Amino acid sequence: MAEITLENVTYVYGKGAPYEMRALDDVSLTFRAGEITGLIGHTGSGKSTLVQMLNGLLKPDSGRVLLDGKDIWEDPKQIQQIRFQVGLVMQYPEYQLFDETVEADIAFGPKNMGMDPEKIREAVKRAAQFTGLRPELLKKSPFDLSGGQKRRAALAGVMAMEPAVLVLDEPAAGLDPGGRREILGRIREYQQKSGANVIIVSHSMEDMALYCDRVLVMENGRLVMSGTPAQVFSRAEELIAVGLDVPQITRVARALRDAGVDIGLDIYTVKFAAHRLLSGREAHEG
Amino acid sequence: MDTGNNTAKESEKQMSTIMKAEHISYSYPGDEEDRPVEALRDVSFSVEEGEFVAILGHNGCGKSTLAKILCMILQPGEGKLYIDGEDMTRDDITEEDINKGRRKVGMVFQNPDNQLVATIVEEDVAFGPENLGLAPEKIRRRVDWALETVGMTKYARHATHRLSGGQKQRVAIAGAIAMRRKCIIFDESTAMLDPHGRKEVMDTISRLNREEGITVIHITHYMNEATMADRVLVMQGGGIIMEGKPTEVFSRAQELWDAGLDVPQTTELLWYVRQAGYDVALDIFDPAACAAEIARVLKGTAHGRDNT
Amino acid sequence: MKADIAFGQYYEGNSFLHRLDPRWKILFVIFYIVIIFLAKNIFSFALLILSAIFLTLISRIPLRTILRGLRPLVFIIFFTAIINIFWLKGDTVLVDWWIIHIYLEGLINALLIVVRVVILVAGTSILLTYTTTPIALTDGLERLLSPLAKIHLPVHEFSMMMTIALRFIPTLVEETEKIMNAQKARGADFSTGSLVRRAKALIPILIPLFISAFRRAEELATAMECRCYTGGKGRTRMNILHSSWRDVAALLALCALCAGVVLLNIFAPGYALAL
Repeated sequence: MAEITLENVTYVYGKGAPYEMRALDDVSLTFRAGEITGLIGHTGSGKSTLVQMLNGLLKPDSGRVLLDGKDIWEDPKQIQQIRFQVGLVMQYPEYQLFDETVEADIAFGPKNMGMDPEKIREAVKRAAQFTGLRPELLKKSPFDLSGGQKRRAALAGVMAMEPAVLVLDEPAAGLDPGGRREILGRIREYQQKSGANVIIVSHSMEDMALYCDRVLVMENGRLVMSGTPAQVFSRAEELIAVGLDVPQITRVARALRDAGVDIGLDIYTVKFAAHRLLSGREAHEG
Repeated sequence: MDTGNNTAKESEKQMSTIMKAEHISYSYPGDEEDRPVEALRDVSFSVEEGEFVAILGHNGCGKSTLAKILCMILQPGEGKLYIDGEDMTRDDITEEDINKGRRKVGMVFQNPDNQLVATIVEEDVAFGPENLGLAPEKIRRRVDWALETVGMTKYARHATHRLSGGQKQRVAIAGAIAMRRKCIIFDESTAMLDPHGRKEVMDTISRLNREEGITVIHITHYMNEATMADRVLVMQGGGIIMEGKPTEVFSRAQELWDAGLDVPQTTELLWYVRQAGYDVALDIFDPAACAAEIARVLKGTAHGRDNT
Repeated sequence: MKADIAFGQYYEGNSFLHRLDPRWKILFVIFYIVIIFLAKNIFSFALLILSAIFLTLISRIPLRTILRGLRPLVFIIFFTAIINIFWLKGDTVLVDWWIIHIYLEGLINALLIVVRVVILVAGTSILLTYTTTPIALTDGLERLLSPLAKIHLPVHEFSMMMTIALRFIPTLVEETEKIMNAQKARGADFSTGSLVRRAKALIPILIPLFISAFRRAEELATAMECRCYTGGKGRTRMNILHSSWRDVAALLALCALCAGVVLLNIFAPGYALAL
């Protein structure tokens, strides 16, 4: 069980300077264990700042960040221990690869944790499996991998620490549709097998709708909405008002209602829309 | 798109072919033990002046290699590339000839940070025209026009590194058009941007095409961006597997899925509806139109079946 | 956004100083530095202080910004002041207690040196870095050095390198910060342990940084090629530099300042700098 709670967290960039900016403004929320939470917001909404709060890369100006009820800043010297429990995969993580082999690179985190060599080998193997890296790739230099493989190697580097909380900032950025599905599918599989608390930050409404159990929406450093994807995306007008988009299919559902075919507004995946649309129809026909 | 624009485009089409690729193949040299890696196989197509062509394909399908060949960074292993009728692949081609070609065809890259040269927006836009050796007043006029065209006049004296991703790409576009080019290739120029930046750039691209008559070749893996094009080429395994109007290409949903690509969600939903036995069109990308189409057949067929 | 560095801190504006020709400005700065070192006593220093105040006023840069730029110097200023106050001997004893002897001369000397350092840094940055875009600066330098191209020195290439360096410094600083955060998230520790350990801890930062810099360089080179860059030959510039009455006025003002300092050195002796 690993639950992260933010209590009235505020964070200000460039305090006192003319460009002072309140990145987080009295944010309180909980990321529950055992589910995938999606964090949505446009650039500058504070979501990247929030992510860096979770593993102590940034320290709140006021308020507390609690991991299983314990303030992560209780002992600032132990912040490294927090980072082992809250794994963070940054945006474009392939740019952090550095070691001679993929295997050694994945082992960097576990080594820093002080795991013994036997356990490290195990952890690396498991992480490679989770991310779908074939064993023969482990002996290669990370710089010889393809773009998608690099991304997965970097992801494995964090997964190998077996963190109770896994935070991912735009894990599918820049990938093509196949690559997006692959990496997000693997993350979901990892969540289901490990029971970890997984937090995904993304701009892509379509991806969030497909892969998250719960969605949080940030705007101007505040939390403005939270709920299941169905609950959040059924409030399409509000999302659009804060400059976010909704999946195209959600718009179709609205247009369908206006055209006299009501399949509900809580539509956010095509399959679900088709299901509502067609199974309802068959029942009607039968 | 209104008809006025289309007819304007028709007349331009008769004018000339800006780019023509004939049977282009390319292989990257492998290591000593590895065999060469084939990236392009027998690619042929042509682009008319004033057209907006989208090249779609998943990562590794060869589209980036094609982009490099089109802007003459790579020489094709086999085949011919003509720019404005000029053979750019002939054996006796000189550095000067290639530069002549580059004056006609420009490129905007994926990473906005790695294509801006100067610290100040207008200085960066001026970089290309300066390389052409134009007179200072002429450069100034072109820079002002280019910034105006991409809507960045307000930022002329700003530092480039402080702009958002979408703004940086617009500066890069301004730099490309400031050389008065006929054709601009966008090599996944939207891939690293957030949805807002992507929209900014796509709006700019389509305005360039419509209002300035600049030929656009847009390489991407975003389906909805390809729906804006006049013509779509779909690449897979180093070759072109489909070609046609967006409506034609996206109706072939199954083939696109097989090529590792997506179709717009509207098309996907219509596809399910068609699978269920209803006769719907698949080539609809607007949510309202999609809903109208579904409503039409569902109400219509339900009614029709009741009669039988 | 956080990673702002005090290097090349151009302050947007359109003042008299902003509009000077960068070529002249580079020469003016050298001249100004010479004048600063010519000043020998408190009277000529007073004139220097006036000149610095005058510069600040016509630059229209907020005093706060200029003072913030001086912050990194506080330690050096403090240190030289202490040395001068306690170690310089003179005739007039101010404090004589146990092993501490402070003389009036030491105090004045310390004061003058502090003033010199402050004016040196503030004056040159107002005259040059605050009011000249980095690109105008390299441009000015390129043209000042252009006669050297005749003897086959790569003046244009040098200036292009400077331009690109200036353009990429903020990008790379930002990138370093990102990589550091990424490695910290994997438990890297840069701040504890022996010197060797700390140096080794830098590897996971330096390697990705270098690789990224090379990738950027390669992409930039391609982009420049696509923009028809073929070196300095046949290249023109959008902004041609031309001298105006402003440059003449500034030159005259500096000559006047120089004369004033020299005259005050000679005709108003006393309380002179010991160094």
